[in-house]
Order: sequence, then structure tokens, then C-alpha cells
Amino acid sequence: MEIIKPGINIDFIGKRKIAFVLSGILILTTFALLLLRGGPNYGVDFTGGVVIQVKLEQTRSPSEIREALAPIELSDSIIQEFGEKDANEYLIRTTKPEVQTAGLGGKVQEALTAKFGQGVDIRQVEMVGPQVGEDLRQKALLAIFYSMLLIAVYISGRFEMKWLMSIIMALALASAVYVSSLFGAGVTILILIALVVTVGFCWFLNLRYAMGAIVALMHDVIITFGAFALTNKEISLSIVAALLTIAGYSLNDTIVVFDRIRENIGRHRRKNFDEVINTSINETLSRTILTGLTTLVVLFALLFLGGTVIHDFAFALIVGIIVGTYSSVYVASPVLLMWEARSSGAGKGKK
Amino acid sequence: MKNLKWRAAILGALILMALIYLTPSLSKELPGWWSSFLPQEKINLGLDLQGGVHLILEVEVNKAVESHLERVVEDLKSDLRKSKIRYVDIRRIGTEGVELICMSEQDPKDIEKVIEANYPDYNLEPPEATEKGTSYRMIISPRAKDHIVRMAADQALETIRNRVDQFGVSEPDIRPQPNHRILIQLPGIKDPKRAIELIGKTALLEFKLVDEENSLEEALGGNIPPGSEILYQSTYDSKTGRKVNVPYLLKKRAPLTGESLTDARVSIDSQYGDPYVSISFDARGARLFERITGDNVGKRLAIVLDNNVYSAPVIRDRIAGGKAQITGHFTMEEAKDLAIVLRAGALPAPVNILEERTVGPSLGQDSIRMGFRSMVVGGLIVILLVALYYKLSGLIADLALLLNLPLMMAGLAFFGATLTLPGIAGIILTIGMAVDANVLIFERIREELRLGKPPRAAIETGYSRALVTILDSNVTTFIAALVLFQFGTGPIKGFAVTLSIGLLASFYTAVFFTRIIFDYLYVHRKRKEVSI
Repeated sequence: MEIIKPGINIDFIGKRKIAFVLSGILILTTFALLLLRGGPNYGVDFTGGVVIQVKLEQTRSPSEIREALAPIELSDSIIQEFGEKDANEYLIRTTKPEVQTAGLGGKVQEALTAKFGQGVDIRQVEMVGPQVGEDLRQKALLAIFYSMLLIAVYISGRFEMKWLMSIIMALALASAVYVSSLFGAGVTILILIALVVTVGFCWFLNLRYAMGAIVALMHDVIITFGAFALTNKEISLSIVAALLTIAGYSLNDTIVVFDRIRENIGRHRRKNFDEVINTSINETLSRTILTGLTTLVVLFALLFLGGTVIHDFAFALIVGIIVGTYSSVYVASPVLLMWEARSSGAGKGKK
Repeated sequence: MKNLKWRAAILGALILMALIYLTPSLSKELPGWWSSFLPQEKINLGLDLQGGVHLILEVEVNKAVESHLERVVEDLKSDLRKSKIRYVDIRRIGTEGVELICMSEQDPKDIEKVIEANYPDYNLEPPEATEKGTSYRMIISPRAKDHIVRMAADQALETIRNRVDQFGVSEPDIRPQPNHRILIQLPGIKDPKRAIELIGKTALLEFKLVDEENSLEEALGGNIPPGSEILYQSTYDSKTGRKVNVPYLLKKRAPLTGESLTDARVSIDSQYGDPYVSISFDARGARLFERITGDNVGKRLAIVLDNNVYSAPVIRDRIAGGKAQITGHFTMEEAKDLAIVLRAGALPAPVNILEERTVGPSLGQDSIRMGFRSMVVGGLIVILLVALYYKLSGLIADLALLLNLPLMMAGLAFFGATLTLPGIAGIILTIGMAVDANVLIFERIREELRLGKPPRAAIETGYSRALVTILDSNVTTFIAALVLFQFGTGPIKGFAVTLSIGLLASFYTAVFFTRIIFDYLYVHRKRKEVSI
């Protein structure tokens, strides 16, 4: 069986302008949404506070639950229905710092049992102190930063034999981040500085492949973030893990195409670079689609059957993998082409 | 085909190893001979799967420094009295040291002598004249402060370990973290509220005399006599059933504390059937208790735990033998927990709960069931897809996929890793991605076949060409997993571990295992048509 006929030749590179516009719109929408909403919707992991998930025997309205919580001073907490319909599961959220948060789950159980009778099941309690929330946010951002850095080093070394240069880049980056942290810059700023420096170094050192891969990766992570902003889902620790996995997967896809480009450059010396890229994308197309498909199949199984806890995690991965597959074809390779054209001047690299 | 035999032998050995490592996790009880020389590591289920409590506590080490300095203040008072030096005031300065104010007539040399002789850990600053008199500031040395902080953190960890052990949790995980924090994981616990209260209680037991020379009313009005304090007893009003706080005016100084305890047990009152806690003192404590009760017959002695008065009985007679009782309106559980914290000893400093994550057992079971269900459904669809697409070769890849699962599980058992819900997601994701390596190889083989190469050559080139790409893509995912492991906590770490183990396992099964079968079919048996 074959989805893609051998010898197919779709003109991906020719359509790159349309793709750039589409990607640009998606990224701008993400930023606009984030601005509109006043930043990402961070979950309790990052903001600090308490979330208690309870299962009741009967459906209760949020105001009934709030009323039941009045004796323990939680009447102004946010009550949300959670999970499937008729599951009678609710999330109780509070960020009140003055509430004694230790063992709050037990107190909530007592208060609800007093009002509604037996059958109150405390499914989950998550209490994160404000300091810890700050710590976790820093760690998560640092994790994203370091993975990008290491991946950039690996790609530059592997594809362009520029191990030394990429190591110099890594050191420069680390020191840039260190120096700016001396001036008391927040982690968000540090990440921005690091990204600017990474892209800048790729530019000056002419690390084309790393540039293409990093741009595609950032593209995927940002758009996945945007999908979360659009659906107003919470960014929790496990979503950050999903984002990093997306980074890994996105690269996986990009590298398969890049590998083929590198191989084909040696094989078709007469062809223009854009033709080589196009051929390479077409040759790997059936693999790109099949792998994307099998991964999506299991992720959809996870989304629909995996239960509420893992739902958002699966959602993030699904968005990321769809966008990642698209970007390895329409973003990574065109960026590589643009850089090639730039570095070889108006020569044969240009169309 | 010697080479093929060797590879098959390695495969056999790997499968055998995997089975051996899986046995402890799968069987309920291992035969006795097993544990003597075979591995017993099990795959641990994370808290999110089996339910339980995850806590991060912070030891308020500054409080330990403060109470150390308070003791120094008391000691210094008696040292000065012994040396017949009169002072105006002695007080603690934050967590920095102690300030002593003396009359300006006092010879600084005498004071220096006392301080240097008794407090080598303190630096005495040059005296300064103030309104009240000459001020001497003793600043604690950073080394001594560090020592107090470290001791407090270590002792808190030890005390909490003791409490958890006595509470009876099957496999608790308690370990120190940077910044005087303690990570506590209590899997499978039924009553999280009780456990958290037990762990977080400072449990500082003090015996304090009730100040009967001064009036309680006046003190409540704001005029608290020096050396005394107001503490409350919370009890239930027997008529209304409401909680009420009864104030007591107590002497601040505690002549006897929980440090002198040797044992604490729950007993039942024979008359009313109420539980109470009976405590025993060590020799020094027993002597002290005898003296305190003997000197204060007719007065009231309050039993104070963490600044809450439990009871304040009237001393009827001198009590010898070093035994006492703590009564209150306890439930059986409260009395048991009180006995545990008293036996395990007080925390050297209060602790703050910075993070608490509790997963109820019902949610954990749901997560396992649903995770497993999605794994089966997703896996079956993928297996079907691959078999349809690549025919016989697809079936070989499916076999590799199935082999992948026991290998991953064995890998988890081998590293003693913890399986979490994101970890299950990691396994499911690896199923999807494991196919990728085979897809890469098969696409290459198809390309080579189209070029008209014979099966053997096509397979050989297909594998060697695809290998480079597979390696590259696996390394980048591995980097992401490594970073996740470094920065992640709890469940996220579990995800990183399963993802890495999955990458390794799928690399072996997709590249080496399938090659064995291909070589057997097309090189050994010399089949002419490749079904791909």
C-alpha cells in the first residue's frame, strides 16, 4: 500500500510565501491573544494557590458548593465543573493566602459532608505555595532554554561539522545569560535574550541548519502555546513537559528532511538548492505523513480514552505534532533556503 | 551465518533478562529461592497512580537560630549573676546576636572576660554608649550560625522520619532538598489530613506554672506582667457544643519540656473510657518534675503543646516516679497521634508546607484503567495500520513494537524507576514514535527496490542509510528528555525516564531486532520477493 506515489513532485518550496503568511498570522494571533488575556493562563503549579478536585454523589450548583464551604472561609473560591457531563466532579480553586492551606482537602471534605451528607470523594488536592510556584516557573523556562541550546549545538555540529563554533556559541550564550542575570533580569527576559543571541549567532556564524531547525521549533512551541491561549486551557507543569516533547518531535521531523537534503546535495550537484530541497521533501513525504499519522492515532486514543488528568497533555501534543509536521515541510526547509540564498549572494542559490 | 546466530543469541538473552526483571513486578509473591540471587526491583507506581500525598516542607531555620539566641540570653543572665555583674537589659537582636546593656560605671573588662570565656562563638563589638547605659553587642559567628541551621534541618528530617515510621506508611520517601526543604512522599495513604497534621506539628511540649499572683482580667486588658504570657485552651462548651477558647495567664519560663520524655503511650480512662496520653520522664526530668510539683502544691501546672494549653490541673501532691498524664477531649486517633509526636520528639523549628499534592485512591485507579485502555486501543490501531501498509514487513515491525513493551517495562524495573501517569503517556507516545524508525527503514528499502536492487542489497542499503537519520532524530529527542529529567519534578521526571528508556528500547527493536528477521528471511532463506 502507498499513500504517496513514488516520484511525486509537489512544489512545496514554490508555495513557501503562502506558508510564511499563514505561519505569521498564527504567531501574531498567539501574541495578540496573550496580550489580550494578559499573559498565559498559568495553572496552580506556577501561580501558587490551591485546587481541590471533588466528586459528589449528586449534581450541585457552584453556589451550593460555595455555601457549603462558607464555614471554612472558602466561600469566595472559584467552583468549576470538571470532566465529563454528569460526572459530578468539581474543581475548587482559591488563591487566598491567609487561608491555612495545609490539610485543606480534609477540611473541604468535612465541610461538604456536613452539608451534602456522605459520598464526598476528594479526588485530588494540589497546593503550591507562592515561592514554589515561582521556582517551578523558573525551572520550566530554564528547561525550555537549555533544551534549545543543546539541540542547536548538536545540529550545528552534526550537519555542518561546526562543533567548535557551536560550542563557542553555547559558551557565549551561557555567559550572556549569566551576565544579564547579574543585572537582575527576570527569567522571561533571560529566555528572550538567549533566543535573540542564539538566532544572532546562527546568523553570524552562518549555521544555516541550526537556524532552520530552531526557527521551526520556536514556531511549533509558540503556536501550541497559542492553541492553549485560544481554548483558555491552563499551562501546568505537564504541559511544559509536552512542549519539550513537541520540541523533540519537531526536530525529529526536521532532521529527517535535513538529512535527506544533505545527502541529495552530494548526489545532484547540477540542481539548484531549492530544487534539491523540494526533491528531498518529496522523497521523505510518505514517511512524514505515515509517522505523523501513527503518532496522532495513539494521541487521539489518549485524548478520548485517557481520562481527564491526561486530556490537556494529549491536546498539547496533538497540536504540536500537527504543527510540527507542517513546519518541517513549510518552515524549516524554506528558512534554510533563505539563508543559503543570503550567504551565497545573488549567485546560483537564488531562483 | 555465524553472525546471525550470534545476534539471535543476544536477542534471546535480552528477552530472558527482560522477563527476569519483569517477574517481581508481575507476580504477587516471589519464591524464596528467587530473592537470593535474582533481582527484586519492582516498577514503582507513582503517587498519581496509586494515590497518596506529596509534600514539600520548609524548615524555618531562622526560628531555630532565634530560639538558640533566646537560650543564650537566659544563660548569659545567670552567668552575669554568678560573676556579680549587674545589667540593665539583655535581648536578642533578630537572628544576629545578643545585646547586653549595662550601667556605664561597669568595667568593660569584666564583661569582656565573661563573654569571651563562655561564648567563644560570638564576636563582641566595641561598647557603645546609649541612653540606657553602655551597650555590648555580641554577634554570632557565621560558622556557628551555619551549624545551628544545619543541625536544625538534619534534626527536623530525622524527627519527621521517626513520626512517619511510627504512623505506619508502607514505603515512604523522605529526603532533604536544597534550601532546608524536605520532600515527603507517602504513597497509598488513606487519611491525608491526619498525616499532614502529624508531620507538620512542631510538638513542643512545655510544662508551665499558672501565674496566680497576677490577675488574668488585667492581663487580658493589655497589662501583661513581665515574665508572663497569655495562652489559650480550646475546648468544647458542653452545653452549646461550640468551640471556645479559654485564656490562661502563665509564667513564660518552662521549667520542664518534652526534651526529658522517654515514652508516651495512649491509655484509656477506666471511669469514662476517654483516651489520654501517659508520659514518662527520664531521670533528670523525673527529678525536676518531683521538685516542681513538691514546691508548688496547691498551684496549677499547665501542660502546653505548641502554645496551646491542653490542661491545667491543680497540683495536689508531690509527684515522684516521673510519670504524668495529658488529658483533653481526645478522640482515639488524636491521642494516638499525640503519643507519636511526643515519642518522636519536637521539631527544632516550625515547618511550613510549601507544596501539597494529594491524589485520592479512586482517581489513581481511574488513571491506570484509562491509561491502559488508551494504550491498548491506540496500539492496536497502529499495529493494524503498519501491517496494512507494509504487509509482511509491517508484521515484522509490529512484532518489534510488541517486543518493545516488555523491554521498556524491564528497563523501568531495572532502573527502579517510577511509573507515573505522564509516564504512561510517554510509553504510548513511544509506541507512535517507535514506528518511525521502521518507517524510515522501510521507505528506504522501497526506494532501493525501485532502483532495481536485489532484496539483499536493498535491505542492506536501506538499513545503513536510514540508520544515520534514526540516530540523529533519536539523539535530539533524547536531549529533550535529558533536560526534562534535570529540571522536572515528580511525574515529569517519570515522563522523562519512560521516554528515554522507550527511545533506547525502540532503537534496539526497530533497528536490530527487525534486521535479524530480515536477514533470516532474505539472506538465510534467500526469499526472492520482499513483501513491503
